[in-house]
Amino acid sequence: MIPAPFEYARPRTVEEAVSLLVHHGEGAKLLAGGHSLLPLMKLRVAAPSLLVDIGRLVDLRYVRDAGDHVAVGALVRHHDLETSPLLEREAPLLRYAAGFVGDPQVRHRGTIGGSLAHADPAADLPGVVVALEATMVVYGPRGERLIPARDFFRSTFESALAPDEVLVEVRVPKVGGRRWAFQKFNRRSIDWAIVGVAAVEADGGASVALVNMGPIPLRALETEAALRRGASQAEAAALADRGTEPSSDLNASAEYRRHLARVLVRRALEQVRR
Amino acid sequence: MRIELTVNGRHEAAEVEPRLLLVHLLRERLGLTGTNVGCDSTSCGACTVLLDGQSVKSCTVLAVQADGAEVTTIEGLSGAGGGLHPLQAAFQRHHALQCGYCTPGMVMAAVSLLAEHPHPTEEEVRRGLEGNLCRCTGYQGIVDAILEVARTTGGAER
Repeated sequence: MIPAPFEYARPRTVEEAVSLLVHHGEGAKLLAGGHSLLPLMKLRVAAPSLLVDIGRLVDLRYVRDAGDHVAVGALVRHHDLETSPLLEREAPLLRYAAGFVGDPQVRHRGTIGGSLAHADPAADLPGVVVALEATMVVYGPRGERLIPARDFFRSTFESALAPDEVLVEVRVPKVGGRRWAFQKFNRRSIDWAIVGVAAVEADGGASVALVNMGPIPLRALETEAALRRGASQAEAAALADRGTEPSSDLNASAEYRRHLARVLVRRALEQVRR
Repeated sequence: MRIELTVNGRHEAAEVEPRLLLVHLLRERLGLTGTNVGCDSTSCGACTVLLDGQSVKSCTVLAVQADGAEVTTIEGLSGAGGGLHPLQAAFQRHHALQCGYCTPGMVMAAVSLLAEHPHPTEEEVRRGLEGNLCRCTGYQGIVDAILEVARTTGGAER
């Protein structure tokens, strides 16, 4: 499978990347690790007229302590995440979950920024940043803006990024002392989650995000509210699929996904609140 | 676009279309047909090569992305005398292949795995091979071969 022809540019700075996006309009796409985009281009589901390869902007490849949060550059690869001692200490949920993205070869190439900007409802990391209440740092022709993770995902494969904006950093609040859980259900290890759950202990309960239970990663709001009221883990988990809109596909029916969400949230809560 | 890269220690330059995939550069332009194309969709791992020392699926990397990089294919593993790499020899001893189609990718994934985990547990070996499918062996011989090399060479030897 060969992608349709395209022009290729390799900007040396984020500013140059943005100006290429501005100049070329919607036909331009950013290329980072390419592990979401290139498969779509090979299937010719996507056929951008220009690829703006930001994969060499090493300035965007860092994981650093920024006081109350960990700053993760958009070009940090999944393998960097899963081997980061700083994340292990301050946001171990993200480190752990990154190790479940794809397979080792995919994790050597794919980036956190690419995965989030791609906004695949079945991807692991969008759910994780929603559970962690991370903040996206976005750069465009009008400068920088901050977008909370809960507002970043708009629909299937659609984020709050404008066509001329670049996701440059993910700010992950430090939650090192809190318990957490990541549950991913699939049939083959390399597949996307049929349903996934990312959970972090929070004041009076837990922050619980669901993967692949709708067009965007969703918080299990009724589960969270039940925990704050003092409900048992089992009672709270039984509400996990309320307010979700899972799809039916070759992997699972919507009803089976609802069942999985309730079971996986119960398992996650057992890990988070012993 | 003109690219330059090092493949198996040799400097190579090529004029390529941006859409050329790394695996096609290797097989069709450089004649290195040891790297197989299997699923062509980032699943099976048959096309695994090392890019700057790390395993990647060369069906999902553009040749222009490898510009300036160091690529190692299965042909680059044997020593100067042309003998088998310890992993290749161990695969042979443990019957870690039948049809052989997945083997070049499987061996390259194993090289990368041992570079990152010189002393892996069996569980780590199995997880490290998640990106490589074998339809013949049931994997046991492959896992045994990799564990033996890790035990006998300390894993780090390449």
